[in-house]
Amino acid sequence: MQATNILILILGLGAFAFFLGRGRSLALAKPLGGIRKLHSLPSYYGLHAAMWCSLPPLFLLAMWMMFDDPLINSIVVESVADEIAPTDAASYNLLLNKISNLADGILPRKGESAVLIAAADHMEALRVISRWSLTALMLTLSGLGLLWGWSRISASFRARPVVEKVMQNILLACACLAIFTTVGIVLSVLFESIQFFRSVPIFDFVFGLEWSPQTAIREDQVGSSGSFGAVPLFVGTLLVSAVAMVVAVPVGLMSAIYLAEYASKSVRTYAKPALEILAGIPTVVYGFFAALTVAPFLRDLGASFGLSVSSESALAAGGVMGVMIIPFISSLADDVITAVPQSMRDGSLAMGATHSETVRRVIIPAALPGIVGGVMLAISRAIGETMIVVMAAGMAAKLTANPLESVTTVTVQIVTLLTGDQEFDSPKTLAAFALGLMLFTVTLLLNIFALHIVKKYREQYD
Amino acid sequence: MTQAATAEKKNPAKKTVAKAVNSLDVSDHQATVGKNFADNAKMTMRNVNVFYDDKQAIHDVSVDIAKNEVIAMIGPSGCGKSTFLRSLNRMNDTVDICRVEGQICMDGEDLYSPKLDVVELRARVGMVFQKPNPFPKSIYENVAYGPKIHGLADTRVDLDEIVENSLRKAGLWEEVKERLHQAGTGLSGGQQQRLCIARAIAVSPEVILMDEPCSALDPIATAKIEELIEELSQNFTIAIVTHSMQQAARVSHRTAYFHLGRLIEVNPTEQVFTMPEHQLTEAYITGRFG
Repeated sequence: MQATNILILILGLGAFAFFLGRGRSLALAKPLGGIRKLHSLPSYYGLHAAMWCSLPPLFLLAMWMMFDDPLINSIVVESVADEIAPTDAASYNLLLNKISNLADGILPRKGESAVLIAAADHMEALRVISRWSLTALMLTLSGLGLLWGWSRISASFRARPVVEKVMQNILLACACLAIFTTVGIVLSVLFESIQFFRSVPIFDFVFGLEWSPQTAIREDQVGSSGSFGAVPLFVGTLLVSAVAMVVAVPVGLMSAIYLAEYASKSVRTYAKPALEILAGIPTVVYGFFAALTVAPFLRDLGASFGLSVSSESALAAGGVMGVMIIPFISSLADDVITAVPQSMRDGSLAMGATHSETVRRVIIPAALPGIVGGVMLAISRAIGETMIVVMAAGMAAKLTANPLESVTTVTVQIVTLLTGDQEFDSPKTLAAFALGLMLFTVTLLLNIFALHIVKKYREQYD
Repeated sequence: MTQAATAEKKNPAKKTVAKAVNSLDVSDHQATVGKNFADNAKMTMRNVNVFYDDKQAIHDVSVDIAKNEVIAMIGPSGCGKSTFLRSLNRMNDTVDICRVEGQICMDGEDLYSPKLDVVELRARVGMVFQKPNPFPKSIYENVAYGPKIHGLADTRVDLDEIVENSLRKAGLWEEVKERLHQAGTGLSGGQQQRLCIARAIAVSPEVILMDEPCSALDPIATAKIEELIEELSQNFTIAIVTHSMQQAARVSHRTAYFHLGRLIEVNPTEQVFTMPEHQLTEAYITGRFG
């Protein structure tokens, strides 16, 4: 039987167990004088039975699926090891793929060696055994669990604490799943990066000033030695992010001040959602807006002043990215400004300060930690932003601080390194993981820094 | 005989007071009793009405505040004394739905005239709030705030002097002179409140309004503030709203009793607490309601 079918069957059995357990507890309660004579509510007895009926088989299923394939594979490869001994990991995988495809009937069996066909049959047979034994085991476990859960039901049995405890553990498992996924992603990036640093020294990568990831695929190719200095990429990223911040921070902050301090209620009702629509525009739309509208406009504008502006400039990409980040900053800043206690405003106004003096000298300083935190989060967002820069910032890794030139960013290079046909053992491809790791580290540090600032100064005016 | 009737027989005064309290509704016009006018008036209020939207919070209040006197405003919660106080430096302007009618003058100048500059007014009429609200700045910057925005000091030395004098007047100098550049929010509640008083007097106002300045403080800090009020009254005119009748009796020269938005009685403090003219005042100060 297929795993999905077993799953449905087990869940069905669980539901059956629930009603059975609940029914039994109700039947028990009747002669005693109502369900208040039971320790727990009938549904707890039902849940208790359902848990015994379905959780152990589900756990078995998870374990089985984790260890099933590797076990069968190693048995099969072991059995053909006398005739065809795999020399390294690559040929081992190749052999395994071939046998597996023969077993599934994807490859035609005609013309293959008898050893391989025998191995494929062996594998097929093992898989059938595995499937049926899994089904049998799960059904047995389920039935035993049902019996056990059902037999334990009595008026004095404390089903509620048991169910609560199990529920708590299920929630814990879900939380762990999210954390382990994060850890898994970080580890996979880390291992690929370590592999990359075997071929390119880490010092050359972090401090190298030249980026040209084209490596020779054939021995006789020329002019593509490949150099992996990440500095130009990070300079480009910082340049684009800086342009974005120059746009987003003043505009976002001032619009937040207007909305929080000056706007009448009716203006606020319409202006705030309108501003937040900006946050809902997909970044790819911003991307072609930057590439097709803003960049040519800036180039023509520059030309009329006699400046040479690249048609894919950091200014265009950063400017549009800044517009994208405005609602991010303005809504965060709006929240912290509104959170400044009214007593601060009263105190300042009662001293004879004007509204703008109050905003500048009291409210902004009081809200500053929150504002800085918001800006930090916005910066890490700008650094990680991909779509706009892919479309509008260009590909050439130039080490420049001139926003009118074309630059490239870390995210753009990751995209170009990993799109299209790739060989996954060349430094060119692995460099993407190293870049990802560095980017991850930088944004992580920024986030920690931002959270630290927000936390440290949060309670200052309370 | 019912219990209520027994109580009535034992204490007939209670019944009449209850009747008087009940009979004082909005439509019943009643003149303020006592000496609500003064010869050397600093501020004069005539027929002041304050509204929140349609709801009238202050009914037809007329009273003078004399130069260098301390006038205490007492009354049960919600009687409008804070609202009245906040209309004296137009802090009610910050409340959109609030509307003030009648005449409020300081030195003969109408505070609600369109020509009046609110910024200048608030520099002349300082305010101390119920909860200490120092700015999240250093002690020095808190006191220097007003002088800076009003341009009262040309040099750093001048500013230092203003800060020191204000802190001295507020009785805080000795306690904070070693840590002027630490955060004002790090002080204790009583010190914070005295810092707020120092901040208010740093711009040399003529009148200081205090809105229950001690309600968030412990008895020792309260005693210090009360002492301070007495000293300040030599240079400033002070109007103080308080919930504590003992405090009113200790610090003020005259006491005004508010009830349901009306000014019932204004008299010298001793008289209010020994021989009140109006039965509502008597009922309040003897603790029969409020």
